[in-house]
Amino acid sequence: MNDWSIVALTLRTAALSTLLIVPPALAVAWLLARRTWFGKSLVETLVALPLVMPPVATGLILLHLLGRRGAIGGWLHRALNVDIVFTWRAVVAAMMVMSFPLLVRAARVAFEEVNPRFEQIARTLGATDARVFATITLPLAARGIISGMLLAFARAIGEFGATILVAGSIPGRTMTLSLAIYNLVQLGRDPDAFRLLGYAVVIAFAAVWIAEATTRRHR
Amino acid sequence: MSVVLRDVVLPLAHFTLEVSVAMSARTTALYGPSGAGKTSVLELIAGLRKPARGSIAIHDRDVTSLPPRKRNVGYVPQDDALFPHLSVRQNITYGGDLDDAVINVLDIAHLLDRGVERLSGGERKRVALARALLSHPQVLLLDEPLAGVDTELRARVLEHLVRIRDEFPIPMVYVTHDLAEANVICEEIVMMEKGRVVRE
Repeated sequence: MNDWSIVALTLRTAALSTLLIVPPALAVAWLLARRTWFGKSLVETLVALPLVMPPVATGLILLHLLGRRGAIGGWLHRALNVDIVFTWRAVVAAMMVMSFPLLVRAARVAFEEVNPRFEQIARTLGATDARVFATITLPLAARGIISGMLLAFARAIGEFGATILVAGSIPGRTMTLSLAIYNLVQLGRDPDAFRLLGYAVVIAFAAVWIAEATTRRHR
Repeated sequence: MSVVLRDVVLPLAHFTLEVSVAMSARTTALYGPSGAGKTSVLELIAGLRKPARGSIAIHDRDVTSLPPRKRNVGYVPQDDALFPHLSVRQNITYGGDLDDAVINVLDIAHLLDRGVERLSGGERKRVALARALLSHPQVLLLDEPLAGVDTELRARVLEHLVRIRDEFPIPMVYVTHDLAEANVICEEIVMMEKGRVVRE
């Protein structure tokens, strides 16, 4: 497997995972920022869990949920004949779970920074909640959200622990940059591992740098 | 009656607002010292606060349980709250279509394509007034529209407010702590102190 296909698989899965978490992460972030509800602190804690739990523990949970005998994986297999575990879909799933808290946190802060006065005035001008969100809240929080998406993307690029459990390290199918680096080190091919490390650093650096620049301009 | 608040109760940080008042004049000033609860009354009428008790009616329609978007009020808060990411044109057409009469009365035609961050204090007030007027409100709620405007510009903004009063048949509730200002603009003055109406 050449370097490019490893980089391409990593970029594709990380980008897809980031796009897939945007709608639920924005919904959760908005609810946490703008509403008071029963069970809010429980959801806050649950959302933050993947940040503090050992990634392999998260991977183990995913393995049981997404496997053919798991609640989600079993249903997907029976209903749609789709398997998750040890496929690229498992890579995406692991990336999604691990980067979700980062996007929720960034989006929540971004929503909280939007002056609620603007939303109130928009409502007095006849706007529905959906229009207020689309035309006031979202554009004003956009920079923070984009910055959060880039951080989530960078986190997905570096994902290792959960991925190796739920997706394995199958060349050409599930072997992302992190997994390939680990494999190469195991095989004693350090120079090759360092070459891949270089790609990983460049991608992560670019994502974090753009995220920081976006936030700085916002300030 | 333009606006009627009947036995409205709203607990606030330092006192409980308890108001019963009928505003029937074309222009009513809510006059009183800072912290009297004047802004809270405007927010109650606009639907931005919910009373613990009591009812609110606008033109004989009970709006107590209606959300702000269904109350048909034009609210101009003290801080303008112009949408910072939108141009003047986008701000003022947020709630309705452009109307030359409003643009001309407020003299903002030359500002339409500007970003709101490039407006002076007086221009911001006029744009906020235009935004409220273009939503075709049944009642205009103005919260200290001259606050933060320097002395030189006050006369000009006041002049625009008088023109709005005279040229658009929309009842106005005007919050101020300046009695002279209230006398220039308003036909009726409601005096408030510590959350209560002390004189009408």
